[in-house]
Amino acid sequence: MNCSDITKKYYRVQKLTHIWCPGCGHGTLMNTVIRAIDKLGLNKDDVVVVSGIGCSSRAPGYMDFNTLHTTHGRALAFATGIKMANPKLHVIVIMGDGDSSAIGGNHLIHAARRNIDITTIVFNNNIYGMTGGQYSPTTPTADFATTAPFGNIDVPFDLCKLAQGAGATFVGRATAYHAPLMQKLIEKGLQNKGFSFIEGLSLCPTYYGRKNKKGNAFNMHSYFKDNCVDLKVVQKNPEKGENKILIGEFFNGPKPEYTESYQVIVDKFKELRRD
Amino acid sequence: MSNKNDNKVLLQNKDWCKGCGVCVGFCPTKTLIIENDKCIIAYPEKCIFCGQCELRCPDNAIWITAGGKENEQ
Amino acid sequence: MSNNTYKLIQGNEACVEGALAAGMRFYAGYPITPSTEIAEISAQKLPVVDGKFIQMEDEIASIAAIIGGSLAGLKSMTATSGPGFSLMQENIGYAAIAEIPCVIVNVQRGGPSTGMPTSPAQGDVMQAKWGTHGDHPAVALTPNSVQETYEYTIKAFNIAEKYRTPVILLMDETVGHMREKLQFNDSSEIEIIDRKKPTCSPEEYMAYKPDEDMIPKMASFGEGYRYHVTGLTHGEDGFPTNNNEISGKLIQRITDKIEKNIDDMSYYDEYKMEDAEIAIVAYGGVSRSAKSAVDEIRKKGIKIGLFRPITIWPFLEKQIKSVSEKVDKIYVAEMNLGQYSLEVERVACKSCTVNKINKVNGELITPQEIIDAVTGGRE
Repeated sequence: MNCSDITKKYYRVQKLTHIWCPGCGHGTLMNTVIRAIDKLGLNKDDVVVVSGIGCSSRAPGYMDFNTLHTTHGRALAFATGIKMANPKLHVIVIMGDGDSSAIGGNHLIHAARRNIDITTIVFNNNIYGMTGGQYSPTTPTADFATTAPFGNIDVPFDLCKLAQGAGATFVGRATAYHAPLMQKLIEKGLQNKGFSFIEGLSLCPTYYGRKNKKGNAFNMHSYFKDNCVDLKVVQKNPEKGENKILIGEFFNGPKPEYTESYQVIVDKFKELRRD
Repeated sequence: MSNKNDNKVLLQNKDWCKGCGVCVGFCPTKTLIIENDKCIIAYPEKCIFCGQCELRCPDNAIWITAGGKENEQ
Repeated sequence: MSNNTYKLIQGNEACVEGALAAGMRFYAGYPITPSTEIAEISAQKLPVVDGKFIQMEDEIASIAAIIGGSLAGLKSMTATSGPGFSLMQENIGYAAIAEIPCVIVNVQRGGPSTGMPTSPAQGDVMQAKWGTHGDHPAVALTPNSVQETYEYTIKAFNIAEKYRTPVILLMDETVGHMREKLQFNDSSEIEIIDRKKPTCSPEEYMAYKPDEDMIPKMASFGEGYRYHVTGLTHGEDGFPTNNNEISGKLIQRITDKIEKNIDDMSYYDEYKMEDAEIAIVAYGGVSRSAKSAVDEIRKKGIKIGLFRPITIWPFLEKQIKSVSEKVDKIYVAEMNLGQYSLEVERVACKSCTVNKINKVNGELITPQEIIDAVTGGRE
């Protein structure tokens, strides 16, 4: 297959090219996941990638791991079962914004609360793309969507704050433009023994971009370049964060991991049996 | 002139390219152009192998390799 | 000599004992009356046998988790009642199309909606077959005693594993909460079936290529066979397709693998049917009243018997047809407004009359009510 070595190693190349629209940020973000896995040298047989429904959910089908494309919003619940059954597996969940925070919002907060060792990556493109451009829980107020023809009156979620508030022990955000940062955050998320939440701001030139006059894919990347600022910068110079999108590592606070806590109970019974 | 880029090659898979133009937009040396809705490595001699195109191409359709491979355009 | 032991326990507890005997090592659930004891006892017993229990945030998550657990290699179960069963429908369909073995227990209570949480009902019979959207296989077993709950939970796991399909254990509050003597069988006497595993190389493995028995071999995640699982219609390689021929073939196969193997899972019981001219058809808790009614009615010289389906789905068409050809009248007694009777009517109406005895007030149908219905209330 005519492609790079890393693509050949980690993708089901016979399934490419993917179904996403020209310029869609999801392909770029998917590559950051692959590079992070490669960087950490994880064994492909031990990696499970789970997704829900929507544009983002098509990612695992292209990735050469144990892959599970589930029902809308439920990826984390399936992933929880996998991790419980075999804690040795590296479980990665890829979800969209509607997938993770509308229909799957309940599963998100509870997986975070348990601090189960799952690395959750949200490809947030601010829209329901697969169904043709309806507003999602992350569509900014006043933006347009097919179901917000007069401007969106909803207030969007800050997904990272939501995940952190619910108990995630590693939280960060990057964008498709900030691919190296995204990769770094995913690496750290995978290394965190607990629930990691990484939001990747994606771009949907086809629906969100067109509806909101954001220009082409390059223009949308450039918007991220010009309008995002790392938390570390803002911590030193708070004025630099005004009206900007915050990116970077937001939280890293290890706590007991769920499957390890359960194993303590199992081990107690094993000891009793030995006695 | 000799430099560390001597054996590097910029390659692409045109079948995978969707012509979104992200690589063209980020290319600092105008190596790439869009022609007939596909990215073309029009001026390979200008390429400085910065990797901006490979980093953001959503379709894995353009990449730098350490050389020796044919450019199957 | 077998090492059978006995214990006085509740139906819900017998369900857990059966599940553990069958090899259940993962349970995910959400509390709901009248099934909660199944979760509680699983939470207590699973870690003792190196198994795992988790209480999920809702029933949607519970069934999703057991599908995940099963894919990762553990025999998995969840239990619920009507409102939770409604929430589970989405992923019952997922388990059906993705062919993931799992057991879903529904201890039925009065519905619709919150209905009567602590009262028995049998209103979920049709839901067990048609609850999730689209055509799909359905297997549902209905025990009527503590002993049967134990035995048919084991069978539910065996069918799930053998046919790679979700299996529903359709209990009711009466059976779930009754206490009876349970005979634990010697573990060597219990037939346990495990899913077929691939022996080929990972490169050769086609996750959804069926063998001649229509069932594909199933590798667990993490065993070196990296494959794709999806709820979309998919080809033999497991990847999504919109190809009409492949999609149609898949749905036909997952249905056929159950329907064409119906004889392998046709469980039923007949009581005094040898010379019967009238048959009562009843299942679950109601069948106990029906049996008692048969004895009473026979005292009046009426030749009556009981046909008791234990396998509710797939429908025991052959057996019901044969009953209908033998008797003049069938009475279907069930705690709903007529669900199983619709199927009985479909196959029996040409050979005999089909009458219905129904009750939906949260009480078990009594023997007297059946006696009255059959004898016209004449004493």
